[in-house]
Amino acid sequence: MPDTALPPDGWIGRPMPRAATRRLIEGRGRYTDDNAAKGELHAAFLRSPFPHAAFGITGRDAARALPGVRAVLTAEDLAPFCRSWRTESRAFPGLVSPEQGPLARERAVYQGEPVALVLAASRAIAEDALELVEVEWDELPAVTDPAKALDAASPSTHQGLTSNLAWRTEFGGGDVEAAFASAALVVEERFTFTRHTGVPLESRSVLATYDPAAEALEVRMSHQIPHQMQVHLADLLDLPMGRVRVIAGDVGGGFGIKMHVYPDEVAICAASRLTGRPVRYVCDRIEALMADIHAREHVMQARMAVDAEGRILAFDADDIQGLGAYSIYPRSSTVEAMSVLRTVGAPYHFGAYRARLRCALQNKVPTGQYRSVGHPIGCATTERLMDLAAAARGEDPLEFRRRNFLPEAMMPWTNPAGGRMAELSHTATLAEFERLLDLPGLRAEIAAMRARGRCVGLGFSAVVEYTASGPGAYGPAHVPVAAMDTVVVTLEPTGDVVARASVAEIGQGIQQGIVQVVADAVGVPPSHVTIHTGDTASAPHGGGAWASRGAGVGGEAAWGAGRKLRAEILKTAAALLQSAPEALDLRGGQVVDANGTPRMALADLASTVFFRGHELPGGVQPQFTATHQFRREEDVFLTTNGLQASLVEVDPDTGIVTPLRHWVVGDCGRLLNPLLVEEQVRGGVVQGIGEALLEACRYDPGNGQFLTGTLADYLLPMADNACDITVGHVETPYSGSALGAKGAGEAGTCGAPAAVLNAVNDALASRGARVSELPITPTVILRALGTLEASE
Amino acid sequence: MELPDEPTADIALTLNGEAIRARVPLRQNLVDWLRHGAGLTGSHVGCEHGVCGACHVQVDGVVVRGCLMLAVQADGAAVETIEGATSSGRIRALQDAFFNRAALQCGFCTPGMLLQAAELLERNPDPSRAEIREALSGNYCRCTGYHAIVDAVQAAAASLRA
Amino acid sequence: MKPARFDYARPETLSDALAILADGGAEASVLAGGQSLMPMLNLRMARPGMLVDINRIPGLDAIALADGVLSIGARARHAEVLASPLVRQAAPLLAQALHHVAHPAIRNRGTLGGSLALADPAAEMPACVTCLGATIVLASASGKRRVAAEKFFLGVYATAIEPGELILHVEIPAIRPGWTHAFQEVSRRHGDYAMAGLALALRRDGSRVAEARIALCGVESATRRQAEAEAALVSGGVGAACQMLGGLDAMGGDEVTAAHRIHLARVLLRRAVGTED
Repeated sequence: MPDTALPPDGWIGRPMPRAATRRLIEGRGRYTDDNAAKGELHAAFLRSPFPHAAFGITGRDAARALPGVRAVLTAEDLAPFCRSWRTESRAFPGLVSPEQGPLARERAVYQGEPVALVLAASRAIAEDALELVEVEWDELPAVTDPAKALDAASPSTHQGLTSNLAWRTEFGGGDVEAAFASAALVVEERFTFTRHTGVPLESRSVLATYDPAAEALEVRMSHQIPHQMQVHLADLLDLPMGRVRVIAGDVGGGFGIKMHVYPDEVAICAASRLTGRPVRYVCDRIEALMADIHAREHVMQARMAVDAEGRILAFDADDIQGLGAYSIYPRSSTVEAMSVLRTVGAPYHFGAYRARLRCALQNKVPTGQYRSVGHPIGCATTERLMDLAAAARGEDPLEFRRRNFLPEAMMPWTNPAGGRMAELSHTATLAEFERLLDLPGLRAEIAAMRARGRCVGLGFSAVVEYTASGPGAYGPAHVPVAAMDTVVVTLEPTGDVVARASVAEIGQGIQQGIVQVVADAVGVPPSHVTIHTGDTASAPHGGGAWASRGAGVGGEAAWGAGRKLRAEILKTAAALLQSAPEALDLRGGQVVDANGTPRMALADLASTVFFRGHELPGGVQPQFTATHQFRREEDVFLTTNGLQASLVEVDPDTGIVTPLRHWVVGDCGRLLNPLLVEEQVRGGVVQGIGEALLEACRYDPGNGQFLTGTLADYLLPMADNACDITVGHVETPYSGSALGAKGAGEAGTCGAPAAVLNAVNDALASRGARVSELPITPTVILRALGTLEASE
Repeated sequence: MELPDEPTADIALTLNGEAIRARVPLRQNLVDWLRHGAGLTGSHVGCEHGVCGACHVQVDGVVVRGCLMLAVQADGAAVETIEGATSSGRIRALQDAFFNRAALQCGFCTPGMLLQAAELLERNPDPSRAEIREALSGNYCRCTGYHAIVDAVQAAAASLRA
Repeated sequence: MKPARFDYARPETLSDALAILADGGAEASVLAGGQSLMPMLNLRMARPGMLVDINRIPGLDAIALADGVLSIGARARHAEVLASPLVRQAAPLLAQALHHVAHPAIRNRGTLGGSLALADPAAEMPACVTCLGATIVLASASGKRRVAAEKFFLGVYATAIEPGELILHVEIPAIRPGWTHAFQEVSRRHGDYAMAGLALALRRDGSRVAEARIALCGVESATRRQAEAEAALVSGGVGAACQMLGGLDAMGGDEVTAAHRIHLARVLLRRAVGTED
């Protein structure tokens, strides 16, 4: 157990803006496409216009002849420079996911799959050349609907596959049949969750520079996990890891979209190697909507058994996941579905669970880990069943939840879904939630609105999230994912501290959190701490940004490194001051004695060590660079909990749903920086509202063509259809770490769709209507109300 | 960069207060030229089809989408980007409020958002939350959920009125 | 997502512009605000050989009210039309509808003439000028001609504009005493193209509707006066008018079906009758 002496008046827990955002506010950010390399070529991809087609590239001469075009490349051209890959996971034995390369060969299996690559003097010229590449397309039947994909009669997603079933499993615990047989109440619903995608405002972009003399590759890219890309690019391009440098500068949002190995990005690196020239590629928005990972296509049949006293007996969930044409590399798409099924029932006590999962291959872009991976589906499923049961019992939905929350006294507890529930604070969170909402007042307000004829509804959701994945998540699966983090802190001659961290900044503010941790750990003000992340040449290896892990994992590494440096500083100071390290402390950049009396400025100590080493006593060899690597040994995940409420208004004539207000109380353990945590929550909630009401990746059910290829079709929340969000906290520090921080960045997204779904159903209840499909479009509402026939 | 066979035009404009001459490809839009021709990378490209607002710049005193105007159309115009608005101090109150309120996360939308918010405050020094939300509804932010942005614009408006 | 190549001309006078358009024929596209054309260029969905930029031609953005006719230049920006006291006075319908048109930066640049020339069936301005009985004044190298709005919109992105022609201005009869205007719209998000929109001008006799003019957007492939519904509204009230809307030739779609659009048109008519001002 590391030293856990958090200073009483420290920087951890203070609301502070992220210092580096000053640059971004002044237009001085450096996102990938803000960089240029001398002699660079611009890339554009020819992508399959069909969801499923055999193809042959029959002519490249016209494209090559266009002035300014340097190369027109196909899979065969890149093959000598880059090997292919296949997604495998020991967690999912027998997972079906065919071999993939940087460009498709002979067959395209999703619309948007890259099939050829043009390098030219400008992007515009590269796009001109794409039109001149001659391709013979032979369109094949496309598999789109996940349930139909599993029919024996369905066409195959890939040549040579006899089934579109990528993987299936069944798991759980307890006697489900007995629970349902003995239940006083069974509620059941069939949910349809439509594909979404993340839409970071900066699209994926890469600038790859291969130096043939040094046999080294430098890649600037907009990515959440530069070290992961270093591992995979070294592997795929057969280079020593040390000769691959990946630099993720300012990253314009990620949300999970930028944590995968995409064929196009690998192709750019291979193309730079082939040409010996820098190659720049920016995925445009059309390409991004079509070929960035999608997520959350599920058809879920779920039921819940409740006894006569209103206690949950069991859940039974049967999920079909539409995972796309490949299981995403390297983590696999199946992870999302497992997360869905592990999240069902998570806030509650129940005795039996059965989960059935079938993952269907489709001729659609692969799905992958998008913010709050799978949780929103599991949460919406559970929370809707909770409301249905409460309604059937004629009971207040919060009272029904209160009775069923997993009692604190039972924790830690491994539930029948296999989820280990530890240190959750349902009771305190509910109390704070009720205080924040002022429920009696809110209910009166709602009654008054309804009396004026307004169709409003209030919905709740309880959230449990598995955050900050430890080595037990991907390690046993033999997927090379770093669940550990490394922080290196260095004392500079001026007394400033520089931290180099393996966490990645994608806007969530983790840099600021780490600065505050280092400041407290060492004993200097945050203004004296500079942090570097995102460049594999300077930042040590570690996990990057995923699974809300920065504070819970990276924070521990920062604390450990900072404490080591502090100890070394005090040891050196003691030698210089002829004192004992235990008699000294380091506060605010000053070495002080037990009374707090300054004895020596850290700047003086540092300059003595670096510039006047001759003044040091014999035998003193200060080590002013300290490293700490942290891996959590206990608890594969850190569970967090929370509650959300959504107030919506439904226009029953038009079916338009307007979110009016939203409330969140969350417990993410120790808050390193409540300001940034709250804004993570708010941003997450609005992504969840988008998921609930607006966002959908749609495909033509007939020919499989992608229909939502622009931002005029893929609807995002805007300022005037989002609402104000009230955020409260309960703080239960995780007992197994120095700082006690858990994950915070995804909880908003986890619970918001469920709360909105319940709110809409609350609004519709008086009209006898009910919805169970996301997004809840006007069409969904009008069909539920009987205004439109199902066929309309 | 001279591009082979690319039709171009010569333009002269005032860019962030400075007289500039440049040769631009006819088909290049304003924001691409600002970023790659003029080296002003503070304006961003988010969608290239006029939906997201990341490319907002000011042309002859009004905020426009930089992806929906050709660079050649800026001939004779006064163009101001986030870099110019920053150095003139014109949007300082908004910038301070965005910083203090953490009204940005990844920051990609922020330059466009700031210019649009500044135009709102010029016209309406005391906007309601609903008015702020409507005025900024052509600027996507995927990170913040907008609440902090609305707070920041209100705070800036208050500080400017004080 | 970069445009294909095109030639570009920026005439300084109307006659130069018309001459260029006459030469360019079908290959030439007029670039006004560009807020619809530019996305289509970027997406390579539009590939004109020549762009004729009319932004330098003087006088094309004038807004004037004389002799009971509101004249709005084709290049008047949406923001200028929205802010114009003359428009608010003589054609309040336009000001109401423009609140639904996109967002501030688009309105700063987008033009009335551009919106009419594009004839997107979901756009608000074509329905408004049709409802108000406007006349669209076109010019070409061979002279001017006037086309009633009712005859101008021919289908999805199809208008009466001939190759070589340019919209000069739009003439809208100013609102007469006793008349009121209302614009109602349903869209997924504010500023999006309409799932359905309705422009209404009414004259009441006491509480009874004496005269009505109705045009829709987002419903049929080309906006038009809804004469049957207008007559029914006068003779039988809003219920009868809604009945008539059942006969609309509504567009289908992946997300919004024809029946859905007809339903929304009825909702909007009920809302508009009673909220007009």
